[in-house]
Amino acid sequence: MAINTPKQTSHLKREILVRLIRAFLSDDFEEKTRLIPYDMRPKGHEVPYRCCIYKERAIIRDRTIAGLGCSIEDTNDSTLLSEVARKALKREKPDEKPLTVLTTACKGCVPARIYVTDLCQGCVARPCENTCKFGAIKVINGKSTIDTAKCKNCGMCAQVCPYQAIQKIIVPCESACPVGAIEKDENGNAQIDFDKCISCGKCAAACPFGAVHEKSQIIDVLQSIKSKKKVIAMVAPAIMGQLPCSPEQLRQAILNLGFAEVYEVAQGADITTKTEAEEFVERLENGEEFMTTSCCAGYNELVERHIPEMKPFRSDTKTPMYYTAQIVKQEHPDAVTVFFSPCVAKRREALKNPNVDYVINYEELGAWFVALGVQVAECSKSKFKTEASAEARNYAVIGGVAKAVQTLLPEEIPAHPVIIDGLNKQSIRDLKKYAKTGMCELGNLIEVMACQGGCLGGNATVNAYKPALKQLTNYVNESKPLIEQEKVTG
Amino acid sequence: MDKKISVKVCLGTTCFVMGSSNLQELIETVPAKYGDRVEVAGVPCLGLCSIDWEFSKAPYVKVDDEVIKEATVEKVLSAIDAKLK
Repeated sequence: MAINTPKQTSHLKREILVRLIRAFLSDDFEEKTRLIPYDMRPKGHEVPYRCCIYKERAIIRDRTIAGLGCSIEDTNDSTLLSEVARKALKREKPDEKPLTVLTTACKGCVPARIYVTDLCQGCVARPCENTCKFGAIKVINGKSTIDTAKCKNCGMCAQVCPYQAIQKIIVPCESACPVGAIEKDENGNAQIDFDKCISCGKCAAACPFGAVHEKSQIIDVLQSIKSKKKVIAMVAPAIMGQLPCSPEQLRQAILNLGFAEVYEVAQGADITTKTEAEEFVERLENGEEFMTTSCCAGYNELVERHIPEMKPFRSDTKTPMYYTAQIVKQEHPDAVTVFFSPCVAKRREALKNPNVDYVINYEELGAWFVALGVQVAECSKSKFKTEASAEARNYAVIGGVAKAVQTLLPEEIPAHPVIIDGLNKQSIRDLKKYAKTGMCELGNLIEVMACQGGCLGGNATVNAYKPALKQLTNYVNESKPLIEQEKVTG
Repeated sequence: MDKKISVKVCLGTTCFVMGSSNLQELIETVPAKYGDRVEVAGVPCLGLCSIDWEFSKAPYVKVDDEVIKEATVEKVLSAIDAKLK
């Protein structure tokens, strides 16, 4: 699948966020929230997607619960949305599990399996029979037939069939999950195992029914601003390719929402680059074979939960979010900090970091602007107080982190970057191999990004990949490069 | 020669967030497909989203005077084809 394919489900999710934000800003949040399903599907409205208007309303209700930051799994069907809204306002802290599955929206897809279609010619060569390692496929009565008890769903027969007569039927969420954390429960509906989940967000992006939602913290952020707290925005580098305006206009647009200050997380990325370059030199001088980067939250979760043997090879340097939040809390100890994220994985990282209070993603920020009717391109410009380097602002692009670290390395200790462009079953196998053998024949500096394309390919981005890359690259090209003097000495 | 068809892809904030970000490809693909018979551009807010709750029908694209609601690449291309017939 191409990165950031346009989806009707995104439109639905964003429309609900807009309505929810308008409800919050209205004089009756609870009642307006309760009415969202009825406003979106009033009496006599067409039924675009499901069997009937009642089912559509039920699903919109569940999507609204996720927008309120609550678990659909933990909410009774009989609970009114107004009650959920009231509960959301009282919440002290975001929920630990960042994703929630809508049973109402889940199709309960047919289980993944190999299926022989009528196109099978019962040929003489029978590559399917010959290639199957498990003896699971035989030609019976002139047609290939699968013994489901023996079949392991490897798909080899489908690959070799000269007629393309064999299909691998997939469950999109299961197939997208690189770590087997989402599976069907006994009723056939998707369910996430949060002990395995690395919160990469691939299931949320993959489900064609939009049945996996991020639990939004937008209400918490709106509430903090409304109660006159000093709320500070920390915007990750990927944001600069997301909306149709310049970075200086975006800064002003965010200030206009009620934020007291906006920091570029690229500022923290400059610290990550320097620290990681020093660490790389030290490790290689100590005879280590390779080091991996450590700024992708999805990858860090992967190492913690599935490849602990990688820990010694992963850089101990902290993420740009970590350093930025530290600076903000030093400068403003009384501030409520909000990280603006392209993906769901940062929500879990933020929960572990006492310096980060909330996370909102780019879909939520976009919905906020829509709710208020803001034209970002018409906002005035306001400059960032600390100017980050071009390399730091390029962190959001695949290969950007390794490139930044490389800039600071001394000539005698060169890096040979290896880029893992998106976690999937194959790249995870490769990483496990490097960790187990302590060797990576392809290079010595492994940059790992959970999302294909880097942060610009995050599950909660708004812009299409190509124009986002172009817009961000223009910003990077206008920025000052890291100066030679900052090179690390070997 | 007939008058050129004009295609305006709204890149105002609302349309952009609601999906015209994915219509930007039209700015490249339309000239490649139709040559100089069609003129295409990304434009600032057309003002269609601010009427009542019409944001939910964004993104908007204008093909000459015809307004396409909830526009997709496919809808826009078929509107162009219909006009060229």
